[in-house]
Amino acid sequence: MSINSSNIGKIRADFPILGLQVSGKPLVYLDNAASSQMPQQVIDRIVRYQKEEHSNIHRAVHYLSELATKEFEAARVKVQHFLNAKESREIIFTRGTTEAINLVMHGYGRAFIGKGDEIVLSAMEHHANIVPWQMLAQEKGAVLRVIPMNDAGELLIEEFEALFNEKTKFLALSHVSNALGTVNPVKQMTAFAHRHGVPVLLDGAQAAPHQPIDVQDLDCDFYAFSGHKLCGPTGIGALYGRAQLLEKMQPFQGGGDMILSVTFEKTTYNVIPSKFEAGTPPIMAAIGLGAAIDYLNGIGIANIDAYVKELLNYATERVSAMPGVRIIGTAKHKAAVLSFEINGVHPHDVGTILNEDGIAIRTGHHCAQPVMQRFHVPATARASFAFYNTKEEIDKLVKGIKKVQEMFS
Amino acid sequence: MSDMKQLYQEVILDHNRKPRNFGTIPGANRHADGHNPLCGDHIKLSVNVQDNKIETIAFEGEGCAICKASASMMTGAVKGKVVQDAEIMVEEFRGMATGTLDPETQANHLGKLKIFAGVKDLPSRVKCAILPWHTLHAALNAEASISTEGEVDPVPGTGIGEE
Repeated sequence: MSINSSNIGKIRADFPILGLQVSGKPLVYLDNAASSQMPQQVIDRIVRYQKEEHSNIHRAVHYLSELATKEFEAARVKVQHFLNAKESREIIFTRGTTEAINLVMHGYGRAFIGKGDEIVLSAMEHHANIVPWQMLAQEKGAVLRVIPMNDAGELLIEEFEALFNEKTKFLALSHVSNALGTVNPVKQMTAFAHRHGVPVLLDGAQAAPHQPIDVQDLDCDFYAFSGHKLCGPTGIGALYGRAQLLEKMQPFQGGGDMILSVTFEKTTYNVIPSKFEAGTPPIMAAIGLGAAIDYLNGIGIANIDAYVKELLNYATERVSAMPGVRIIGTAKHKAAVLSFEINGVHPHDVGTILNEDGIAIRTGHHCAQPVMQRFHVPATARASFAFYNTKEEIDKLVKGIKKVQEMFS
Repeated sequence: MSDMKQLYQEVILDHNRKPRNFGTIPGANRHADGHNPLCGDHIKLSVNVQDNKIETIAFEGEGCAICKASASMMTGAVKGKVVQDAEIMVEEFRGMATGTLDPETQANHLGKLKIFAGVKDLPSRVKCAILPWHTLHAALNAEASISTEGEVDPVPGTGIGEE
């Protein structure tokens, strides 16, 4: 069922935090790209796990350990279906997108990328998809090549293709930009990279919460996302990896659970996914992520996608009509993110003043300093939407921006 | 949050709009750059100290309203002061902004600068208000540049950079 004015109230009622008053005003939460809120169903699931099911997993033979293991592995299958991965062993639980990318850098990059090799990134990457590759490049003597973008915040595909040569060994690319909202043509770009034998990692932190993801259709080799951006808990995320690649990769961390046998002379590593899950994982958070996926599926990701686009279009229309406000990131294909600057007002002043009306937006460089440099701004203000936001909330944002302009006039 | 309303009052907005002592001083004998990498706030301070007294002081730079107004009002407040008295004000301002000095109940020399007391309730904005004062301290102590991300970070863990 599509999301509309007749059922949005019911959806909002699932989120206890949306009833909060901030600065004496009802909370208007427009910082969903940083972290989304959690529905009661997920909170209840986490509480039930801790009250009735908790133990360590993959270890003991007792009732609770068996139960916790079963629920933890069931969450993995939920993630598998969420991404339409072929097999559940292709899903590795991580702390989040950042750890997932670092895992690929250590497990794949350090084993298969060497001196003089080239790693292709885009100009709109989050620091999480820049810094690990820079560390690898420094360690190995490899080189980062950057796909440029135009003034709308769209990648230049011809220039992307021109970057490829026999030294190109990896492509790391955001599916959706967190700072600009651009949806990149990742399927097309992945196919191009594969024609050059180059494996592809997609940073799905901003895409997974809003649109159906099908890693088999995208044909990517790695896909990373975070639980807390899709109504799940913090401290959990997942990496999809193509089984053949995961099998030949080096482990990320050493410890319990990732081994088959250990002597002081030699360790035999476990099979995937355990090979990449050293130590006790965040069991509660993984089960919470599974519950969040159930919740999103209950609404329907396609419905979420359609409704959030409608919100973005409405917000874009209203904000772009305001004199003295510039939207940063005007790509044809965008998702959920509206970055803007108000002429003559620093974004941090905007954020602080909007907070006075209970409006939560993000201000800063959004962990994408190269994007700020590209658009010659120190920072932007960013409103980002979720399926529980409303057009009335966007009206409040517009009113807030007007108030800021009046104060600074 | 009522302090927030007080923070963006007309005096601060006015100093942001029309910063006092804005520019550089030819022949100044003390200089320092202050930088808050998370916000992009950047203050260039030039100071002329004669006989241990701040004869003239000016600033240039870009930043948020809190940072610019703080710099503007600081230049007015320390002009004509001896270096040691200016240093006392640096300490007092830092104390007020981080909440260790209550300007209403504890003795201080802050005067009109008390208008910035509200930032203590906005940890992410404390650095904006303090940056000009740290830069002044650096200039008076002949340090070429400072960053609020370094050891002088007044409120660790309140970076605005994480996603």
